[in-house]
Amino acid sequence: MSWAWLDSLRETIGQPQFTLLFAPAAKFLVAIVVILLIIAYLVFVERRLLGFLQVRLGPNRVGPWGLLQPIADILKLLIKEDTIPNRAVRWAYLLAPCLVVAPAFVIFSVVPFGPSPNAPGAPRWYVTDLDAAIIFVVALASLGIYGIILGGWSSNNKFSLLGGLRSAAQMVSYEVPQGLALVGPLMLAGSMSLVGIVESQAQRGLWFAVPQIVAFFIYFVAGVAETNRNPFDLPEAESELVAGFHTEYSGVRFALFFLGEYANMIVISAIAVTVFLGGWLRPFPSIEALAFLDLIPGAVWFFLKVFAFLFLFIWFRGTFPRFRFDQLMALGWKWLIPLALANLMVTGLLVVLLNGRT
Amino acid sequence: MELLSAHGATLLFYLFAAVVIAGAIGVVTLRNPMYGALCLLATFLGVAALFLLRHAEFVGVVQIFVYGGGVMVLFLFVIMLVNLHRLREVRMFAGTAPLAAVVATLLVGMLLWAVLARPALVRAGDTAALGAIGGEQIGNPQALAWVLFRDHLVAFEAASLFLLVAMIGAVVLGRRR
Repeated sequence: MSWAWLDSLRETIGQPQFTLLFAPAAKFLVAIVVILLIIAYLVFVERRLLGFLQVRLGPNRVGPWGLLQPIADILKLLIKEDTIPNRAVRWAYLLAPCLVVAPAFVIFSVVPFGPSPNAPGAPRWYVTDLDAAIIFVVALASLGIYGIILGGWSSNNKFSLLGGLRSAAQMVSYEVPQGLALVGPLMLAGSMSLVGIVESQAQRGLWFAVPQIVAFFIYFVAGVAETNRNPFDLPEAESELVAGFHTEYSGVRFALFFLGEYANMIVISAIAVTVFLGGWLRPFPSIEALAFLDLIPGAVWFFLKVFAFLFLFIWFRGTFPRFRFDQLMALGWKWLIPLALANLMVTGLLVVLLNGRT
Repeated sequence: MELLSAHGATLLFYLFAAVVIAGAIGVVTLRNPMYGALCLLATFLGVAALFLLRHAEFVGVVQIFVYGGGVMVLFLFVIMLVNLHRLREVRMFAGTAPLAAVVATLLVGMLLWAVLARPALVRAGDTAALGAIGGEQIGNPQALAWVLFRDHLVAFEAASLFLLVAMIGAVVLGRRR
């Protein structure tokens, strides 16, 4: 057996075109696979945790401590019949679940998972470093809603339609405070690139959650609303709308909606960690005595913080009752948006005064 | 592969231009308002792609955010709220065709004049010219900020004043009913 093919492969990989085109694609693939694994076990952890919060056990039968439950769930969803209602708008009905998942995953291409020193040959922990990364994230996140609207409309079911309508109103309202909340840290960092924002936090030795505590709070509340999770889960409120926009869906397509919701939870957490909690930085980056914490790789810190947020999502679900629709709108428009605008003005004023620039 | 890398940008331009035009035709010809709105969305996203092709990343992404994520969602919201079956039978704007023809001709004429008679106007959007200010290479959003808030500050403020007037007008009209 000759190993010539291996040499030729090595040669191909060494070429600059290859690195330019395939290295990002490969990284993106790895990121997606990791995220998918996290989602599979996030669902399991959520069910177990909710069980404990409600003083019961949760799924513990499949494998030790129920650890094989996600695999059983996925298999069941894959082999279940994929039903399409008789009078549904077929193409939109089939397309909608994909529209929810795709934007959520694309966002991970700009998230920096770890430090990327400028030294040649050092690994870069992001797929790409966009100039306008923050707006890219917000724009893509706002596109995910079309899947929900189309799914609700094309099902030809009044519960689905109402779920889609609620979702449209909710997303449009909470996109505004979410976007405004991100502008504060952006002004402090003087950069719109997510890598640049984390590096600016490293330079100051300060997580932006400290000076931007208001924006941090607004971002997370709006983020929970954007993912349609409790206490903002009106688009799929079981007690009123059966299952909301995905009432008619089953099997793989239902699984895709589910996947989209959890991917969005991770997106919100990852962006919150990157912008407000120092991304891959260790806690208290300015205190020298804690320097030994740097022995733990940046990506581990990043994912630890993300998991803390995901825990918060689940905790919310186990704790808060659902908002009424008018309360939801009042919170978004009368509280979060004015608060975000005020925070923006104060931050802008302070940046100008402290930096001494006009 | 070589053809793709050499003419990739041109090919993509024609692809997205076709999407924009097909979407625009769909908006005016389709009778179902839901399909019309989706065609408009395709047009908006196609325009965003054209911006990206010209390396105007900031404008392209903002186009997706504002028109894709905001304006079109509100359109769809309203379309889903009103009774679709009733709306389909109404013939709106049937008598305004001559006026529309005049306006469209004027618009096309102005665009043609801009492209043919003033090539400098077209080239002003050149990436090299936008990316470097004062001999220094800077990022896309920064370049845009310099142009908007320094070179054309008065026009920018005037435009925002107009928008504020329109917004207050909408609130006043909404209250009256």
